[in-house]
Amino acid sequence: MLLVDGLTKSFDGFLAVKNVSFEVAEGEILGLIGPNGSGKSTTFNLIAGALKPTAGSVRFRGAEIGGLPAYRVAHAGIGRTHQIPKPFRKLSLVDNVALAAFYGANETISREEAYRRAKDTLALVGIVSTDVQKLGAAGLKKLELARALATQPKLLLADESLGGLDHGEMEQAAELLAAIRGKRGITIVWVEHIMGVLMRVVDRCVVLDHGEVIARGRPAEVARDPKVIEVYLGTDAPEVQAATHARRQ
Amino acid sequence: MNYPLHLAILVLLWGYIYTSWSLMGRLGLVSFGHGAFMGIGAYTVVMLWNHFGLSPWLGAIAAFVFSAVVAIVIGWPCFRFRIVGHYFALVTLALSEVTRLIFIAARDHTGGSLGATPNGALVDGTSASLWALQFSSKLPWLLIVTALWLFGLWVWRQVDRSMGRLALQAISEEEEAAASIGIHVTRAKLRITIISALMTCAGGILYAQYQLYVNPDTVSGIAISLQMVFGVIAGGMFVMLGPTVGAAFTLLLAEGLRLAFGNRYPALDATIYGVMLVLFIIYMPKGILGAALEGWKAARRRKAAPA
Ligand SMILES: Nc1ncnc2c1ncn2[C@@H]1O[C@H](COP(=O)(O)OP(=O)(O)O)[C@@H](O)[C@H]1O
Ligand SMILES: [Mg+2]
Repeated sequence: MLLVDGLTKSFDGFLAVKNVSFEVAEGEILGLIGPNGSGKSTTFNLIAGALKPTAGSVRFRGAEIGGLPAYRVAHAGIGRTHQIPKPFRKLSLVDNVALAAFYGANETISREEAYRRAKDTLALVGIVSTDVQKLGAAGLKKLELARALATQPKLLLADESLGGLDHGEMEQAAELLAAIRGKRGITIVWVEHIMGVLMRVVDRCVVLDHGEVIARGRPAEVARDPKVIEVYLGTDAPEVQAATHARRQ
Repeated sequence: MNYPLHLAILVLLWGYIYTSWSLMGRLGLVSFGHGAFMGIGAYTVVMLWNHFGLSPWLGAIAAFVFSAVVAIVIGWPCFRFRIVGHYFALVTLALSEVTRLIFIAARDHTGGSLGATPNGALVDGTSASLWALQFSSKLPWLLIVTALWLFGLWVWRQVDRSMGRLALQAISEEEEAAASIGIHVTRAKLRITIISALMTCAGGILYAQYQLYVNPDTVSGIAISLQMVFGVIAGGMFVMLGPTVGAAFTLLLAEGLRLAFGNRYPALDATIYGVMLVLFIIYMPKGILGAALEGWKAARRRKAAPA
């Protein structure tokens, strides 16, 4: 469904993403993992059109989308969330999501239909509050997800849906992603810098380090890969320790 | 009777122009270049009439085309390359000043900084010429500007109720996120800019025809652009009648200064606008009408609470 080939991004000579290639099959959940700064979010930005690739190609359902502006990538059927939530704070919660439904659809839909889809999507992600200002970290992550889903994507790029969440919230969020794939049949690429919960949900993993793919395969294989272990033991962030711990169990 | 009528016409006309400015200003596109569109409207129509005898009605078409082209030539690169905030203010400020300087530089045709007067069409004792858009009495003007003002409010309401307004608000907050949900950011900004520019251009045309005089300083340039920004902020740009309240406020201020000091200090009003602009932004960011409505709502809540 998605074919990333030789994707490269240079920021003034600094290669944040180097010759990255991977494939995503229809219906799967692919985990894209790697330590902080390994180029995961940049890869998403390149696919979603927020950044222009320096080199390489991105093919989605047979068509080249590399370098297209973000709104056209959205219309092509790719939804994305942001690692740092970017809610429209001056708009109401339902307006946030209805806008995505209205402008993200690749056909013209009525306002009423947009609000109907927005309410359905809010119910799916389970946001209880009605006020954007009052959403906590978990709520804002859900809003990101709702907005991306309201565009009715065929492929969802979820960037660190677990960031800033406590343990219970992480479990919930992972279940939600699994349910999105199950109920709506949406293919997912899920970025996370910790392995933990993600490894139980994804079908396959691609591991990035310093902008390069260092491993790929089934979660169990990847977790045993010496290169991956080295990368993860090489850092001493507490969440990495936790992830390593989870993996040993 | 003529003076109050004159004031009413000016309040409605400026209220319409401020409303036009606010269509984009309140959605995060703060333009200091609207003097350019007003000037293009005023000068195009008067020049075509004076030099080619072209009716203002036809001249207006040329002025609209001209304004749209300028709006696109300036707006498209700004929006495409994400020139926002202070940078957008600077680019648009340059636009209004360049326009003023062009009117002055083309003095052989425009009369330069002395301004120009549309050739009179009411010579043989007639009191009105619709073709020339000249009327000797103020009543037709009151009707015209009232209709225009109502039209401005209608456009405001249409915009306010549209999904496009929500999209522009989203863009002004999180441009990248707005694009990621499928909003064509450049097109959305350009559309509202063109609407706002064309409406301001129409205001410039009628202003010139009403005053029967155009001057680079009074229909274009920094001073007039600053006056629009100030007037709208003073009145309040988030409520429909805010810009009109701002128009009444700036007009009374200008008239008051004129009566008090005459023409001794020609730049006095611009200076006072500048100082008051800062004060308003700090102490009354929602403007006179915005603050008044809020005060009124708070008072009603207080009344309702103890009962
Ligand atoms: N816009 C940018 N300009 C310059 N450097 C950037 C930019 N975005 C990301 N980087 C750098 O690229 C590298 C990869 O960043 P990122 O993709 O955000 O990593 P990850 O999401 O894997 O934590 C980091 O070193 C980061 O500092
Ligand atoms: Mg990241």
